[in-house]
Amino acid sequence: MAQGFTRTEMLPAMPPPVSESGTLKWLRENLFSGWLNSTLTAAATLFIAFVAWNSFPWFWHSVWNAGSLNECRQIVTASAGEGATGACWAFLRPWWGAFIFGHQYPVDERWRPVLAFGLLFAALAPVLFAGQKRNLTIILAVVAAFLVLTLYLASAPSLAFALAILGVLALLALAQVQPGKLLWFTLAFPALCFWLLWGGSIWTPIVAVAGFGVLYLVFRLASPVIGLAPAAGAGFVAAVLWWMFVDAPVADALQSAIPIQLLWIASDKFGGFLLSIVIGVTGITFSLPLGILLALGRQSDMPIVKMLCVIFIETIRGVPLITLLFVAAFVLGFFLPPQANFDLLLRVLILVTFFAAAYLAEVLRGALAALPRGQYEAADALGLDYWRAQRLVILPQALKISIPGIVSTFIGLFKDTTLVVIVALYEPLKGITHLVRQDINWKGIYWEPYIFVGAIFFIFCFSMSRYSKYLEDKLKTDHR
Amino acid sequence: MAEAAKMQVSDEVAIQITGMNKWYGQFHVLRDINMTVQRGERIVICGPSGSGKSTLIRCINRLEEHQQGQIIVDGTELTNDLKNIDKVRSEVGMVFQHFNLFPHLTILENCTLAPIWVRKVPKKEAEETAMHFLTKVKIPEQAHKYPGQLSGGQQQRVAIARSLCMKPRIMLFDEPTSALDPEMIKEVLDTMIQLAEEGMTMLCVTHEMGFAQAVANRVIFMDQGQIVEQNEPKEFFNNPKSDRTKLFLSQILGH
Repeated sequence: MAQGFTRTEMLPAMPPPVSESGTLKWLRENLFSGWLNSTLTAAATLFIAFVAWNSFPWFWHSVWNAGSLNECRQIVTASAGEGATGACWAFLRPWWGAFIFGHQYPVDERWRPVLAFGLLFAALAPVLFAGQKRNLTIILAVVAAFLVLTLYLASAPSLAFALAILGVLALLALAQVQPGKLLWFTLAFPALCFWLLWGGSIWTPIVAVAGFGVLYLVFRLASPVIGLAPAAGAGFVAAVLWWMFVDAPVADALQSAIPIQLLWIASDKFGGFLLSIVIGVTGITFSLPLGILLALGRQSDMPIVKMLCVIFIETIRGVPLITLLFVAAFVLGFFLPPQANFDLLLRVLILVTFFAAAYLAEVLRGALAALPRGQYEAADALGLDYWRAQRLVILPQALKISIPGIVSTFIGLFKDTTLVVIVALYEPLKGITHLVRQDINWKGIYWEPYIFVGAIFFIFCFSMSRYSKYLEDKLKTDHR
Repeated sequence: MAEAAKMQVSDEVAIQITGMNKWYGQFHVLRDINMTVQRGERIVICGPSGSGKSTLIRCINRLEEHQQGQIIVDGTELTNDLKNIDKVRSEVGMVFQHFNLFPHLTILENCTLAPIWVRKVPKKEAEETAMHFLTKVKIPEQAHKYPGQLSGGQQQRVAIARSLCMKPRIMLFDEPTSALDPEMIKEVLDTMIQLAEEGMTMLCVTHEMGFAQAVANRVIFMDQGQIVEQNEPKEFFNNPKSDRTKLFLSQILGH
């Protein structure tokens, strides 16, 4: 017979039993959940111990001060006995500069890339940690300390030293008052960085940037009269005309009136991590906006735009990067007029950017497709036009979903910068390491330079990966 | 219902649809739709699934494109002209079955986004308006949470507030309670009833027949892409004319 039941009081929540929480549970569930898992745990532990046991003496006997590989070996033998092995890091002392700046970059000008590198972080901070006063202050303070130390070591001229430190301190002060305004420095940074790295007249980058000012001015003046899209087109044409006809004479005139310049350093003098970072950072900066446009273009209702984007993406993705670099270096020359002096590094930069943009476009397309249709419809129903809907509703969500994919592409791009060795640029992994191994003093060295270069790459790539994790956690608003 | 009688319907035409046809590929989804909606009318559209009722109201703000006939909303004809479409959309609010709140924005930001970017209202003013409407739907204390932290009923009320922040002259509801738990349906319906009492022009696709009887001044029954019967609620429920309507009513009211 069915019996009626009525609960008179609700049960309170109780803590779980001890075996269901804490380290013990974690160990049992993750390492020893069954005989297979336990065996694998034991085997993996043994393997790690074996590797550590065998490689430890080599690292332990590291030699940091020696004039040549032979001297290194003698020191190891003297200290650890006959037959002992030890790492020889002493090559870093004579070759450090070459690894960082390339062996051809003028030694007296090395403070310039150092300054540009420090300021890079000052410029990135407002983008990476928008409006977070505490993080911005920490980063800018670290940049200031870094610059004081490194500019001193690179024996920068006192004027540049003073200006740089004053500049960073000014940014630090600005971060306390109006952290949002720091983005203006970020916008100005590419021109400043170009001038620091390549040098020449200061008016060249300033007048070139003024072209964007022309674009904006024409756009603002024309948009009430002829509408947004035509005004943007007119602004673009005006800017191109500025760059083609006005730019050079104005820059020359200003230079002769107020001469401020740095020693010009051609692109082929760049090398080492300077080269990798220039290519990597430029590629990352420009491939993201281009990739977004390509992804949107591929989703477009306009058949011609869509077709162009598909052709671009599939062509670039379908060809190995090395082939593209080869085309950039050698084949393009046949098609350009003989007097066109199109910088090799610039060509490489453009192709690396295109390459990353094509991959990013596909990563983003996945995210765009994953967004529910309702998001597009809700944005439409509120009266947002296409670009606003994309910028305010669709892209923030799509970019968030694809952070892991985007960062993977960036990391890939940064590591692929080592491929420029194929077009005779001295990147660190093969270019500079090769020079070390040809050096009569260090002939026979094998592992150490590669480990060194690998470690530096790891630091950069791992930082990017950690930042992406931080960003994912910060943007998590769906509370699943 | 006493309140229903009080609500005024003006002679002004809010929506005029004449001879409208729509196809999805070969499928003729809407067939010769003719209807006029006066300002202040509350219309409930019902019908079996696949009858084209959602498609019909989605045509009114051009989330769906019609191929033949004419739709005039607030004096603006819907054509391929994007300017007209955006104009109509900013005057017509829409509430969806699945709420479609923007998950990356807080409740307050959801409500102020369109006023700021479409109507160019200053941020402060937009936030005041948003708080006004959030108070009206009875969840001002949730303003700084994200949609994912709210229950379904709360989310739907936010969605209604978000639409109202644009100060629309017409509201479209596309099965606003179909995705909600029974306990939450009432809170959303209460909000809609309140809105109706204030004289909002409303088109509502719903199966909530209680709501229809309480506030609608006209019920439209659709089947196979056409309007089969329309009448004032009392007549519609007590004295349906068409056999198809009788069958439908017997099925949804039968238990």
